[in-house]
Amino acid sequence: MSGPSTYEPKSGFTRWLDKRLPILRLSHDSFVAYPTPRNLNYWWTFGSMLSLCLVVQIVSGVVLAMHYIPHIDFAFDSVQRIKRDVPYGWLIQPMHAVGASMFFLAVYVHMFRGLYYGSYKAPREVLWILGCLIYALMVVTAFLGYSLPWGQMSFWAATVITNILGALPFVGESIQVWIRGGGAIDQATLNRFYSLHYLLPFVIAGVVALHIWALHEVGQNNPTGVEVKSKADTVPFTPHATIKDLFATSLFVILFAVFMFYMPDALGHADNYIRANPLQTPPEIVPEWYLLPFYAVLRAFDFNIGPIDSKLAGVIGMFASIGVLFVLPWLDTSKVRSMRYRPIAQQCFVIFVAVCIGLGYCGGQNPGKILVPTTFSATLNWVEGGQIEQRAIAADSAGAFDDAADAAIASLPEGAALPAISRTGETIGVVRGVVGGAPQVLELSAATVDELEAKITEAKAGATAAPYFQVTRTTPFAFTVTRLSQILTAYYFLFFLVILPVLGLIETPRRVPDTIAKPVTGQAQGAS
Amino acid sequence: MADDRDPNKRDFIFIAAGAVAAVGAGATAWPFIDQMNPAADTRALSTTEVDLTAIEIGQQIKVMWQGKPVFVRHRTANEIAAAQRDDYASLKDPQKDAERIAQDDGQPGRAEWLILQANCTHLGCVPTFVQGSSFGGWFCPCHGSDYDTSGRIRRGPAPANLPPAPYVFLTDTSVRIG
Repeated sequence: MSGPSTYEPKSGFTRWLDKRLPILRLSHDSFVAYPTPRNLNYWWTFGSMLSLCLVVQIVSGVVLAMHYIPHIDFAFDSVQRIKRDVPYGWLIQPMHAVGASMFFLAVYVHMFRGLYYGSYKAPREVLWILGCLIYALMVVTAFLGYSLPWGQMSFWAATVITNILGALPFVGESIQVWIRGGGAIDQATLNRFYSLHYLLPFVIAGVVALHIWALHEVGQNNPTGVEVKSKADTVPFTPHATIKDLFATSLFVILFAVFMFYMPDALGHADNYIRANPLQTPPEIVPEWYLLPFYAVLRAFDFNIGPIDSKLAGVIGMFASIGVLFVLPWLDTSKVRSMRYRPIAQQCFVIFVAVCIGLGYCGGQNPGKILVPTTFSATLNWVEGGQIEQRAIAADSAGAFDDAADAAIASLPEGAALPAISRTGETIGVVRGVVGGAPQVLELSAATVDELEAKITEAKAGATAAPYFQVTRTTPFAFTVTRLSQILTAYYFLFFLVILPVLGLIETPRRVPDTIAKPVTGQAQGAS
Repeated sequence: MADDRDPNKRDFIFIAAGAVAAVGAGATAWPFIDQMNPAADTRALSTTEVDLTAIEIGQQIKVMWQGKPVFVRHRTANEIAAAQRDDYASLKDPQKDAERIAQDDGQPGRAEWLILQANCTHLGCVPTFVQGSSFGGWFCPCHGSDYDTSGRIRRGPAPANLPPAPYVFLTDTSVRIG
C-alpha cells in the first residue's frame, strides 16, 4: 500500500542511523508519507483518540500503581488516600477512572464506523479481527480494574461475573475456583486481578501495533467503500490526517476534561464509595455503563433452552454477542462495502445502533420493572362467620392423593363453602370447608404485585370474622425490562446472523456516482 | 548420509523430538497455571466451627466459611412447621426439609438448626431474612428471588435452592462447617 519509501535522511547522523536502525524511516513512512484517502470523514478520527486513551490509561495507571495497595484491608483506603493526600492524586485517579469510560466511548464509535462502512470486508478481515481482540481485551481489563478500588460494586461485580463462569457445564466450578484462588472473592483474587490489570494494557498495546501494521498493509477504507485507485485519490498522512485528527481529538479531550474536572463520579456508581462487604449485597448490582448492553443480554435469558438452563444460556448469549463480531467478515455476504450504497442495510444499521443503546438502558434497570402500565387483579372469597368443618385425607399411595382429596371434599356437609386442601404428608392431609355464614367476594386490582399483596393483606385484616380466605390471583402479561431485553437481544443476533447474510444476496445497491467510480483528478480517465 | 536414504527414521526423530518438546512445554506451563488454584493456607481455612449457644431462637448469624457467607439459623417452631408442610408444595427444586438439614456424615440434622450457604443461586448475592415475606424465609434484593423457611427457592429467577453447607454437630452446642 505504502509503496517504496520516500524517506531521505537529511543529516549525517540520520544517514548513519538509517543504515543501522531505520526507525526514522519507519516512522516517516507510517505517520508522515503514509497515503490516506482524500475523502475520509470525521468518523475516521477516532483511531487516534483511542491511541491517546491507551497512553493516558497506561501513564495514569502506572502512577496509580505507585500508591495503590492490592490488599483487601487497605485497597479501599489507599484509593481514598490517592484522591485526598497524594499530590495531584485528585487529578490522576479520576483521569484513570473517567479515562476508561472515554476509551469505551471512542471504541464504540470506532466500531460502529467500521460496521457502517464495511471496513471488515476483504481485504481487511484480519484488521477487523485484531480490533475485536483489542475490544475483548479492553473489556477484561476494565472489569479487572473496576474490582481494584474494593468498594461494594467492585466486590459484587467480581462475585457476579465469576459466578457466571461457574455456570459452564462440568468445568465451571473448577474454573471459578481457579480464577478466584479460593472459594470466594478474597485476597488471592484481588492480588491476581491487580497483576493482570497491570499486564493486559501492554498486551493491548502489542495488539494495537499489529492492528496498525495490518491497517498500513491493506490501507484505509473510506466512506464510499470503493478502494483507492491511484495516488491522486490520496493525500499524505501528515499534515492532512494529522491536523484533522488533532482537531477532533481536541474536542474529545474537552469532553474528557468536562467529566474529569466537573463530574468525575457521574459515570460511576455511588455504592463503590462503600467499602466491600462480603456479608452485605448492595440493593442493585450493575456494571459500568459501557458493559450494560452485555449485562442486558445476560439477563434476557430467563428461560431454559432444552437442556441448557437459563443461567448458562445467558452466559452463552453474552459471550456470543461479542464472539459474533469476530466472524462478521464471513457473515456479511454483500459485495458492496459501504452501507452508504445499501438502502435497506442502512436502515437495519440505524435500528441496530438504537438496539444497542436500548440494551444499555435495559442493563441498567431492574429486570422486573414494568414498562407498560399493567393491572394486576385478585379475587378474595371468604365467609363471614360460619363453622369450619374438617375431613382428614388418607390416600393409599402418593399418586392417589388427589382422588382421596376429592372424595374428602365430597364428604363435607352439603353447602360447605371454600373447600381447601392442605397436604401434610405424602399420603395424608386435611380438607376444610365452611358451613353457614355469609359468603363474600372482593375484587382487588393494583399496578404492581407488591401493591396488590398489600391490598390483599389489608382486606384480610378488615374481615376479622372470616376463618380463612381463598385468594385467586390473575397474573396478566407484563411488559417488563426483561421482555424488552429479549426483543432487543433477538434483533442484535438477527442483525448479524440473518439480516447481513441474507440482505447481501437480495439487496439492490444504489448506484455509485461517476464522480466516485471514476477519478476526477489526475489523468486516470481510463480507470473505471 | 544414511539418514537421507531412510526417511522413516528421520520422521521418527522429528515426531519423537516434537512430542518431547510438547510434553516439556506442557510441564513448564502447568506450574504457572496451577499456581492460581487455592493455596495451602487458603485450603487450610476450609472448616469453620460455630458455637450455637449465642444464637437465640428465631435468630440467625452469618459466618464466613472458605470466604463465603453461611447462614446459621435457629428456627422457630412455626418456621419448622412451615418448612415441613411445604415438602409437598409445588417446588421448583423439590427437596424435603429433612434432607436439607441432614449432617455431612449422613446423620439426621436437628430441625431447629438450618445451616445454608448464603449466596443466592442466581448470581451470588446474599439474600436477607424477611419476617413475613411471601414464603416466610429469605428474599434476594438483587433480582427478587424468594426462599422459604427451609431455604428452598419458591419464586424468582434463581434456579436452585440455597445449598446446605456441609456440617456436623461436634457437641450439642457446636457445629463444624466444612
